[in-house]
Amino acid sequence: MSILIRNGRVIDPKSGLDEVIDVFVNGNTIEKIDKHIRKTGSDVRSIDAAGHIVAPGLIDTHAHLREPGYEWKETIRTGTMAATKGGFTSVVCMANTNPVNDNKSVTDYIIQKARSEASCRVFPCGAITKGLKGEELSDMGELYESGIVAISDDGKSVKNSAILLKAFEYSRLFGIPVISHCEDEDLSRGYVHEGRASLLSGLDAVPAIAEELIVSRDIAIAKYANAPVHLTHISSGGSVNIIQHAKKSHKKITCDTCCHYFSLTDEATLGFDTSTKVNPPLRSKEDVEAIKEGLRNNTIDIIATDHAPHEGTSKDVEFDIASFGISGFETAFALSLALVHEGVMTLPDLLRKFTVNPAKLLKLPYGQLAPGKVADIIIFNPDVEWKVDRNSFLSRGKNSPFHGWVLKGKNLLTLVDGKIVYRDKSFKA
Amino acid sequence: MNWTKKDLLGITELSKEEILFVLDTAESFKEISQRDIKKVPTLRGKTVITLFYEPSTRTRTSFEIAAKRLSADTINISASTSSYVKGETLKDTAKNLEAMNPDVTIIRHSMPGAPHMLARILDSSVVNGGDGAHEHPTQALLDAYTIREKKGTIDGLKIVIVGDIIHSRVARSNIFTLRNFDSEIVCCGPPTMLPPHMEELGIKVEYNLKKAIHNADVIMMLRIQKERGGVSYIPSVKEYSAFFGLTGEHIMNAKKDVIIMHPGPMNRGVEIMDDVADGPYSVILEQVENGVAVRMAILYLLLGREK
Repeated sequence: MSILIRNGRVIDPKSGLDEVIDVFVNGNTIEKIDKHIRKTGSDVRSIDAAGHIVAPGLIDTHAHLREPGYEWKETIRTGTMAATKGGFTSVVCMANTNPVNDNKSVTDYIIQKARSEASCRVFPCGAITKGLKGEELSDMGELYESGIVAISDDGKSVKNSAILLKAFEYSRLFGIPVISHCEDEDLSRGYVHEGRASLLSGLDAVPAIAEELIVSRDIAIAKYANAPVHLTHISSGGSVNIIQHAKKSHKKITCDTCCHYFSLTDEATLGFDTSTKVNPPLRSKEDVEAIKEGLRNNTIDIIATDHAPHEGTSKDVEFDIASFGISGFETAFALSLALVHEGVMTLPDLLRKFTVNPAKLLKLPYGQLAPGKVADIIIFNPDVEWKVDRNSFLSRGKNSPFHGWVLKGKNLLTLVDGKIVYRDKSFKA
Repeated sequence: MNWTKKDLLGITELSKEEILFVLDTAESFKEISQRDIKKVPTLRGKTVITLFYEPSTRTRTSFEIAAKRLSADTINISASTSSYVKGETLKDTAKNLEAMNPDVTIIRHSMPGAPHMLARILDSSVVNGGDGAHEHPTQALLDAYTIREKKGTIDGLKIVIVGDIIHSRVARSNIFTLRNFDSEIVCCGPPTMLPPHMEELGIKVEYNLKKAIHNADVIMMLRIQKERGGVSYIPSVKEYSAFFGLTGEHIMNAKKDVIIMHPGPMNRGVEIMDDVADGPYSVILEQVENGVAVRMAILYLLLGREK
């Protein structure tokens, strides 16, 4: 089976390609990119991409697929269906499952399950410490050999600096990045950002320094260990500042932010809508502007989803006791396209943060659209408008603060390994 | 004016006109409580539920008396006797209550936004009887009523709020109310108990109690919210009392006709000394009396709203 994608605007941020051109996929490989490719035959599927963008499939460095252990929130099957709908062809799943992904058997389980049920590539992230408890290092080598691409205690910081230093040092043995969730536990006894909105709502609040202190600490430790560090879901302007300066003296720092940190401010929490409860919390207008500037000037390398699906009951309670998180796969890319529409960055630059940069961080051979590469491809239209309806999410998690929003830009078709795994109803192919 | 709102969830939802309308309505109800037979048939056949997830003496009793004086039937549910202790969610509790067709549910809850959640579920009226550190709108309305009754106006005054502001729903609702008027609002307390960004709301912050109450017309004292962790915000209650406890001596710095308010419960000897609490400037018990009138007004307005 082969697929000919004709007349689309093909953007490959890695090579700098950006032109209306044809792409020929044979089996699971991109065979040829050229003008007016002629291929006929009953086994050639021809797709007209005129007026649309053809790009490498997106890579999400931060998601929660909830399996094993929380299958009522999400499964590898439903999570990856949602991911491919949103344009993602590779997804990193965090270790806070039950049991925690701190040993080979859990990693094996995720990889086996993904092989049989996932509609996109799934790369497990192992835990830094056993049980995410912050006390003893996980068996990193065993995890690495089973297929993890990074380690993280996402959901919390490793409080003990000595353990974290050892994790950074030890990670050099395998060359995998440590992904830091930056949050000072003692300063984080709250549910929203401390600012004008929390003054009005009376909700227990967390100051931005709770994130910034750990950003500074983790950079210092990584630098001392001469190890790479990836700071995830950066949300405050102060963090962006710290990272921007630190990058000058330590070349191994990367970071990501998530779409909600440049799409919403803490004002969204004023109505006590629990779908706006997320960790780190939605921040002030000034922080949102700083995040956008950080994306523009490349202090922030990657945009991740932090897809955190929850069942209704976890969110249909008082704000204080509602679970943290946003179901993000199906809105993340469309929300990010607003950065292009607003003129913050160009489309190739945006795509870089979803493809080349994540692939580089995780050392994955994906995120490129070039001859000889694996055919993980999306076709999307950056201008088509659609209304978010969380009830139509493929994810089990309907927890979205973007329900009812009209977004501009929509993924139309997703190819993973040369196979069509998602097609929007409006798109004829 | 005509009242149109179904719920009273917070002062921020009210216009200045609506605030004044509540106060004016309360004025006409105050007299009922002074009659020999303290009951009018206004809300006969209506059902009022008080759903209290936090302890309360004044507010719950005040609402119940208000409802009864208007001839409504009242049912009191407290967390310790409810299915809450059996693990029922607020949403399910709300749906079950709704099935019994109440007309008004008054909720007190330790978590901000709980009344808002209830109001989204119930077709009948919801009154916020205090939600965490967020709002306590009827307290602020009765405070405004008391200020207006004593001073004849809510404009042109210096009003000082002293204490654990960051944890206080009474402080928030009072600030939201008083901001509508042309008075100076000063908040005083240890810096740890004064949330950031207050200046953006037009509030003056003064750490020194003596300076804060200089020339004050109204002083509102608040207690330390121990149930919200207030004690960990200060070195000790003893030290707090030394710096922020209101004494008779302090009052000499205020205006001659200053009034001293407290939403209760008071911690005598901590934020307020006996000579002040029981002294000639104290209007603390009048606040309680006015609370009934204001709550009668609220029940009356919500149930008589234009639909």
